[in-house]
Amino acid sequence: MNALLPYTLTGVGLFCLGLHALLTHPHLLRKILAVNVMGSGVFLILVALAKRSDSPVPDPVPQALVITGIVVAVAATALALNLLLGLAASSGKAELAEDLDE
Amino acid sequence: METLTELQWIFDVLTGCGLLWLAWSCLSSRNLHRAVVQFVSFGLLMSLAWVRLEAPDIALAEAAIGAGLTGALLMASLARLPLSGSADIRALKSAERIAGARLLQLLRNSLLFAFALFIIYAIFFLPPEFSGLREEVATEIENAGVRNPVTAVLLNFRGYDTFLELLVLLGALFGVRIVGMQPVRTSMTSEPVLNILASLLTPILILVAAYLLWIGTDGAGGAFQAGAVLGAGGVLLLLAGWRPARALMASPFRSLVLLGPLAFVFVAVLPLLSGRALLQYPPDSAGTLIVLLEIAATLSIGLTLCALFLNVSADDGEQP
Repeated sequence: MNALLPYTLTGVGLFCLGLHALLTHPHLLRKILAVNVMGSGVFLILVALAKRSDSPVPDPVPQALVITGIVVAVAATALALNLLLGLAASSGKAELAEDLDE
Repeated sequence: METLTELQWIFDVLTGCGLLWLAWSCLSSRNLHRAVVQFVSFGLLMSLAWVRLEAPDIALAEAAIGAGLTGALLMASLARLPLSGSADIRALKSAERIAGARLLQLLRNSLLFAFALFIIYAIFFLPPEFSGLREEVATEIENAGVRNPVTAVLLNFRGYDTFLELLVLLGALFGVRIVGMQPVRTSMTSEPVLNILASLLTPILILVAAYLLWIGTDGAGGAFQAGAVLGAGGVLLLLAGWRPARALMASPFRSLVLLGPLAFVFVAVLPLLSGRALLQYPPDSAGTLIVLLEIAATLSIGLTLCALFLNVSADDGEQP
């Protein structure tokens, strides 16, 4: 457990940093970046936790899951970027409306 | 757990801090362009972390996809956005100045902090020993037809996941096509450096993709990594101004995109004829089937990733 601490804690930190940015930044490209950072955090926790064992060989199942996850993440990012470009082309804005100053 | 020298521990802590710092500066830097560049370096540092976690397959996928292709997609989109990024931080600051937003902000931050503490608490109270599924994989690996356990899981034991993943990629491509961004017409300036680089690197990238595909049965590599490298080659060609002929974009394009999922359906149904379960390959021909499946999947993944990029950066004439 001890040896994996840096990576698990980093994973938690990345997830929370991403969540914070997702909630606070109005710009949509920044939100897409934030979701990607959150995903990296989850992947890191998943693989780091799968290593807690005496066995010298790492568990391949979480690794395979993470590879699948990375490819799904890039597909989702591409779709999100297209929606963003569509919004920017039709409204001229790439940000969410501020609902704070109503 | 391996005995950890102090040096490795220091390295791990530094990598973790570097990752957190890069993520923070990427998510809070004033300039969106800089944020994207920092995101790419974040991806590269992530692949270093994967190597330390003894996951070379993920490291390859992360370097090719997480850093390379996502970075290219983000850059291409950023170039097409109307606003340059400096405005968004200013908007954020003005939103924060509004009275009442303070309280909301405090509440949000404390909730996030509590959430982080909760995850850390949950992780600390997990059992310290957990063998997972590695024994099951180790006993079944002889029947899998490949020697790399990750490839065996991806294409044999959990073939279902990989099949559905190819469908997700296809779904994303459909979505991108449906959104159907109006392409911007830009005059393609010929960049001599980029042209030379593309003509030099494309054959090498194809070779690397083939190598990754082939080595994936024994070592780190496989269909996703090879597909990503192939996709990166395509992106490079697109950046250099190459556009596929319209005739190529019709049925050859569609059949190549569908090749991976269709090969999967074929290979999944084939065992049913001999009384086996769906996707349960006969052990003696599993190796051949997996390699064929991987070739089809690599071509489809590469082409799909490339097409996703083409739509984000589309700048010639009309939609194919």
